Amino acid sequence: MTTSEKSQAPLVAKKFDWRPVWMVGPALIILAVVIGYPIVRAVYLSFMADRGLDPATGMFTQGGFAGFQHYLYWLTQACPAPGGGTVTCPDGVSATDFWPAMGNTLFFTVTTVSLETVLGFAMAVIMGKSIWGRSLLRAAVLVPWAIPTAVTAKLWAFIFDPNGIANTILGTNIAWTTDPFYARVAIIVADVWKTAPFMALLILAGLQMIPGDVYEAARVDGASRWQQFVRITLPLVRPALMVAILFRTLDALRMYDLPVILVSANSNSPTATVSMLVVNEMRMGNFNSASAISTLVFLLVFAVAYIMVKFLGANVVEDRTGKKEEIR
Amino acid sequence: MSHRVPDHSTSPTTTTTTSSSSTSGPDRRTDDRDLKPPRKPLGRTAGTYVGALLILIWGLAPFYWMLVTAFRDNRFVFSASPLPSNVTLDNFREALSTDGGNNFLGAIINSVIISSVTTALALTFGVFTAYALARVDFRGKFFVTGLILAASMFPGVALVTPLFQLFTDIGWIGTYQALIIPNISFALPLTIYTLTSFFNDLPWELEEAARVDGATRGQAFIKIILPLAAPALFTTAILAFIITWNEFILSQQLSTTATEPVTVAIARFSGVNPYIPPHAAIMAAGALVTVPLVIMVLLFQRRIISGLTAGGLKS
Repeated sequence: MTTSEKSQAPLVAKKFDWRPVWMVGPALIILAVVIGYPIVRAVYLSFMADRGLDPATGMFTQGGFAGFQHYLYWLTQACPAPGGGTVTCPDGVSATDFWPAMGNTLFFTVTTVSLETVLGFAMAVIMGKSIWGRSLLRAAVLVPWAIPTAVTAKLWAFIFDPNGIANTILGTNIAWTTDPFYARVAIIVADVWKTAPFMALLILAGLQMIPGDVYEAARVDGASRWQQFVRITLPLVRPALMVAILFRTLDALRMYDLPVILVSANSNSPTATVSMLVVNEMRMGNFNSASAISTLVFLLVFAVAYIMVKFLGANVVEDRTGKKEEIR
Repeated sequence: MSHRVPDHSTSPTTTTTTSSSSTSGPDRRTDDRDLKPPRKPLGRTAGTYVGALLILIWGLAPFYWMLVTAFRDNRFVFSASPLPSNVTLDNFREALSTDGGNNFLGAIINSVIISSVTTALALTFGVFTAYALARVDFRGKFFVTGLILAASMFPGVALVTPLFQLFTDIGWIGTYQALIIPNISFALPLTIYTLTSFFNDLPWELEEAARVDGATRGQAFIKIILPLAAPALFTTAILAFIITWNEFILSQQLSTTATEPVTVAIARFSGVNPYIPPHAAIMAAGALVTVPLVIMVLLFQRRIISGLTAGGLKS
C-alpha cells in the first residue's frame, strides 16, 4: 500500500508535504482549546440569563436566553424593573461601575503608554551610547520588568504608605492609596516604573537597526542634531516603536493586578479597571453578565489592535516573519 | 515617475546622471565612508553618564528598598535610612511561617511546578511550529503567523469566567492542570514567535550541507540544528518561565490555597493583625520571590534582551 503510493506519487504530482500539518497542527489545536474554546464559550454565556429572582413571579429562575440584556445592563445601566421591562439602575448596582471603570482603563492606557514611550525613548538613546558599564545598565532596566506585578504592587504600596519613603522624600503627607487623584498617580508611577524599561529595550533594538552612515551623510549635508532626530531617527525607528506601543497598549488595556493590590479590589474604587469588574461580577456568581463584560474587553482590545495595525502601521506580522537583524 | 523606477534598477549609470541630488552613485559612497575618520562624541559624555546614573537608580532603587526593608527590624520599618541598622532575619522567618493561613514556601514550590511544566510543554509544542514557520513553505503560513500573534495579544481576563465554570464543573479547581493549561495560552504563542525569530537567523546552509552528505532530515535536525538552536531554546525557556511565574489574574481565580502560586500568595499575605499590614514580612516574601529572578536576569541579560526584542511580550 505505502510502497505503491511512494512510487506513484512523483509521477502524478508532487507528494503532499505533511510536515507543516504535524509541526503546526498540535500547537494550533492547543491554542484552539486554551483560547478558542473559552472565548466562544464566553460569548455564548454572555447571551444567557444569570440565575436570580424573577421580578415578575418572585421565584428563582435558572438560565435561559437573555439576548442583549447583559450588554444593555452594562452599557446603558438598564436594570430589570419589578413589573417587567427595564429601569435605569440605582446607585450601588455594579452596572454603574462600568463606565467609570472603562474611563479608568482608557485613562491609564493613554497616560502610561505615553509616559513610557517618552521615557523609554530617552532611556534607549542613553543605553545606545557606547559608555562604560553599558551591560550593567541594560541588566538594571530588566529588573523592574522581571519582578512579578503582584510584588511590584506590594512594593509600591509600601513606598506609598502614608508613613512610607515617598512622603518622607517629598516631605508631604499624602494619602497615596485612598485619595482618588493620588491613587491614580500611584498606579501610573508604579506601572511606568515597571514597563518603561521594556519599551526602552524595544526602542533600542529599533535604534540599533539604523545604519550609522545615514547620520554621517546627514552631518555632511549640514543637518543639526534635532533635524537628524526628526528626519532620520523618528521615521526609521517608527516600525519598532509602533510595535512596542501596540504591545504596551494591549497590555495596559487589561490592567488588573496593579490597581487591585496597590489600591483596592472594589469595583467602585477610583482606580478600578474593566478587568476588575469582570472578576468582581464573577465572584458574585453572575457568570453570564461577567462574560458580557469580558466579551466587551475582548472587543475593545481587538478594535484597538485592529486600528493600530491598520492605520498606524504597526505591521507586526511582517516584522516577525521578515525581520533578520537583531540586538547584539 | 512611473518609468524612473525601472530605469533605476536596470541602468544605474544613466539614473545618476539624470536625477542629480536624490541618488548618489553606489561606488562613490563606499569611497567616502573609507576616507571618513571615525566619529567622536564631543563633550556629551557627561550628560550621558548622568542619564545612565538616573536609569540605574530608576531600575534598582525600589528593588533595593525592598531588600533593605526585608532585613530591617520591624520596629523601624518606616525608617528613611538607606541601610538596615538592626539587621535581622525575623521578617524572612515571618514570611515563611504558616501562621495566619500563609504557606509561602508551599506557594514557591507551586510556582516552580506550574512554571516548569508550562515552560516544558510550551517549548515541546512550540519548537516544531517555529521550525515550520521559519523553514517550511506551506499554504496559510501568513494566516497561521497572524493567528499566533493574535493569540499572544489576547486579554487573559476574557478566559477567566468560562475557565472557572468549566474547571468547577469537572472538579479541577485546586489542581495543577487548572493552572498549567491556561498559562499555556500565554507561554505557547510567546515561545513560537520568539523561536521563529531566532530560527530565521540560523545558518540553515549547514542543514543542507548535512543533507547533501547523506544525513536524513531528522538526523540533520538533531545533530546540526538542535545544537545550534540550543541557546535560543534556553533563552525562550527563561522568558516563558518568567512570564508564567508572574501571571496573576487566572491563577488567582483558578487556584485554591493549596495550589496558589507566589503571586497570589503575596497578594493576600496578611500578618497576625489584619489592620496593620506586615510590610517588612511582605518585603521579605517579595525578596524571596524576586531575587532568583533578578539573578537570572543579571546572568542572562544579553540573552533575555535578544529574546525580548525578537518578539514583544506581555508582562
